[in-house]
Amino acid sequence: MEPHHYQHLYDILTHAQGYIFPNEIDLQWGILIVVYPFITGLVAGAFILASLERVFKVKVLKPTYQIALLTALSFLLVATMPLISHLSQPQRAYEILITPHSTSAMAIFGFVYLWYLMVVLLLEIWFDYRPSMVVWSNEKKGVMRLVYRILTLGVNDVSPRALKWDRKLGYIITVVGIPSAFILHGYVGFIFGSIKANPWWSTPLMPIIFLFSAMVSGIALVMLVYMIISYFRRTVIDLNVLDTIGKYLFFVLILDFTLEGLDQIQRIYEAEESFEIIKLLVSGKLYLTLFVAQGLVGTLIPLITLAFLQFYKHKIKVRKSMYLIVSILVLIGVYSMRWNVVIGGQLFSKSFSGFTSFKLGLIGLDGSLMAAFWLILPIGILTFLLWLLPPWKMVPEEE
Amino acid sequence: MKFYIPPQLTRLAIAFAIFISLFLVLRHFLVPDTFGEYGHYRGASLIDNALPEIHYAGQQACFDCHQDIEDLKKQDVHNDIHCETCHGPGQKHVLSGEAADILKPTGREFCGRCHSTNAAKQISAVFQIDLKKHNVNRNCLECHNPHQPWKMKK
Amino acid sequence: MENEKVKSSRRKFLKSAATLAGATIGYTWLKSSQFLLYGAEPEDKTLPWYGIVIDIEKCIGCGSCAKACKLENDVPKEPFFFRNWVEQYTVKNNGSVIIVSPNGGMDGFEQTVPDAETFKSFFVPKMCNHCAKSPCIQVCPVGATYDSPEGVVLVDEKYCIGCRYCVQACPYGCRFIHPVKKVANKCTLCYHRLKKNLAPACMEVCPTGARMYGNLRDKHSELVKFLKEHTTQVLRPHLNTGSKLYYNALSSEVR
Repeated sequence: MEPHHYQHLYDILTHAQGYIFPNEIDLQWGILIVVYPFITGLVAGAFILASLERVFKVKVLKPTYQIALLTALSFLLVATMPLISHLSQPQRAYEILITPHSTSAMAIFGFVYLWYLMVVLLLEIWFDYRPSMVVWSNEKKGVMRLVYRILTLGVNDVSPRALKWDRKLGYIITVVGIPSAFILHGYVGFIFGSIKANPWWSTPLMPIIFLFSAMVSGIALVMLVYMIISYFRRTVIDLNVLDTIGKYLFFVLILDFTLEGLDQIQRIYEAEESFEIIKLLVSGKLYLTLFVAQGLVGTLIPLITLAFLQFYKHKIKVRKSMYLIVSILVLIGVYSMRWNVVIGGQLFSKSFSGFTSFKLGLIGLDGSLMAAFWLILPIGILTFLLWLLPPWKMVPEEE
Repeated sequence: MKFYIPPQLTRLAIAFAIFISLFLVLRHFLVPDTFGEYGHYRGASLIDNALPEIHYAGQQACFDCHQDIEDLKKQDVHNDIHCETCHGPGQKHVLSGEAADILKPTGREFCGRCHSTNAAKQISAVFQIDLKKHNVNRNCLECHNPHQPWKMKK
Repeated sequence: MENEKVKSSRRKFLKSAATLAGATIGYTWLKSSQFLLYGAEPEDKTLPWYGIVIDIEKCIGCGSCAKACKLENDVPKEPFFFRNWVEQYTVKNNGSVIIVSPNGGMDGFEQTVPDAETFKSFFVPKMCNHCAKSPCIQVCPVGATYDSPEGVVLVDEKYCIGCRYCVQACPYGCRFIHPVKKVANKCTLCYHRLKKNLAPACMEVCPTGARMYGNLRDKHSELVKFLKEHTTQVLRPHLNTGSKLYYNALSSEVR
């Protein structure tokens, strides 16, 4: 390793407080591991919102159904990348698929990811788009004709019976998809929650907290994407859609806030061994990202705004902008939550007697530019998918 | 009617079957041979971990050549201290026989690692001395033979 | 007609759900041994099962162990990577505890708190506890760290993917990522020396005999005799790691 990396460690050493175990000077999991749960959370949340329309027949959300699915797919395609680029031996990443260790929550990642990508998300999108893709493969010429033909997997039957099967199978996949989405993101929470060595992470509530904040972020993202797409397409934003999504966002945000609050209240009440150092962590290094970014900006302000809108929605003309701001604030809040969990849990020493410090680099495989890239790439993919599979040009369903 | 299988399912079943068999074939070639021999790990790794060269020879290797030092040490309080504690890793010297390949430490600080006073040193078996007061500016070896420390040189 | 279709698809769904549930339960039951605490004692009883004792009453903080470990095992000299280090605890008269480990204790210690303010002070050497129910082995996603048949927790450097989950899972902070090899690294109890019937480097150089290793299965070994005659404790017992590093005279301030 180049000497300048040691310089980075010497710098951190000067900022260490109290006593830390000598090996703890450098954080093991950096910003990429903050980005990964954020991305899978968006996937799970967006998918669950889409499932609301399909399984629970919330008709109002129909205009967002395909948008939610394509958004989920765009983020899912990128989801593995922060993980692989964070490994110190990324070329061996395939080992997780060939010799997964059954006692390790991380080992199920490969299979859960493949299952969710291929059996749930791709299939659901396929069943939904197949009739349209058959039509498009007949309409288009040249390369695109071939592309759509391949995408239909050669199944060109658009008889009423085949279409009914598309809907039936799509429905089954959606139902299977809901627990699959829970596992896809819940296992990330379990990865942290099952580490008994780290008291900031170790709680049975962790998978549930992760899941609910994932749903919050996914719902907010779909709201945001819907507004942005409508703006670019210069179509009218249906306020009923926004109000309905806003309602779900409000209720899930309450649940999320309650769960996270419960975790903290219990921790404060029990005040077991690690409490003293965690108190210092929360009031010191984590103050801004926890109380201000996650708590105030990401939770309280959106909650109050959404509550307000629940009662007075029909009187507020500017609620479009309010929803826009709320969705962005919520996304910031959930990102901060991931930051607080991942980085926060590594800032204090396992000796419970000191703190190290986190220096976020800009460049390099573990730097903020890389993290930003993985967050922006899905937007590019989504744009491409919306061009390839435009929801507004689909063959309308007969029924 | 009962035996109607939708075309989507057949096509998908074929696609998945191909994918899964490809995966299984790849897996067969990628999993290391000795994996699973003793547990969920590569059995050959046990050999890998036993391969590194040793740097500390163990004091018996020292005594094979330096019998005189062994006899000297036996008579005094440094008897239980192994040679390499002070002299550092000795394997290179065992193999080459060169004096340059092993340390001969001197200096008050070196002896002070064990012998300087510190409230945390509870053990009475280690003689503690306040190096700020005892024969300051002199090398310990001027008076003490490390292999027979109580037999003063002067 | 419509009713029948709904019923048949519902039936189909229920059937597949039941099959899935049954298969999961069956698989879990079959594999139940995997979910239990992964076998505390290795099966091959002809091999030694290594345990370690560190006697805090005898440690004088000379740091020879930490130094020898780095020299024996090619660990980088910088103060950020230790397989083995020594801590000094000083409990002051006002009750506060100061813990230091300058360069892992490799260069020895200087007394920083004056005698007048010191209530008590002692050294605690730290190293891998070679846990019998190791959380680091539990979390490795690929099987790159494992319990050898002799009870030594080892890393497969050719297989480790560098995910750092094991570093997070170790409650004792004894793992790190090797800066050059870029895989997980930790004390191996000098496995390469054990295989040649040599003592681990740290045990070889300890001048006061504060460190001991041996076969936990051998009732006549020095190690087992020591365990019988002294009151020993492990670190973080409530985490149930099956730690095989037993400390004599461990004070309550130590984490």
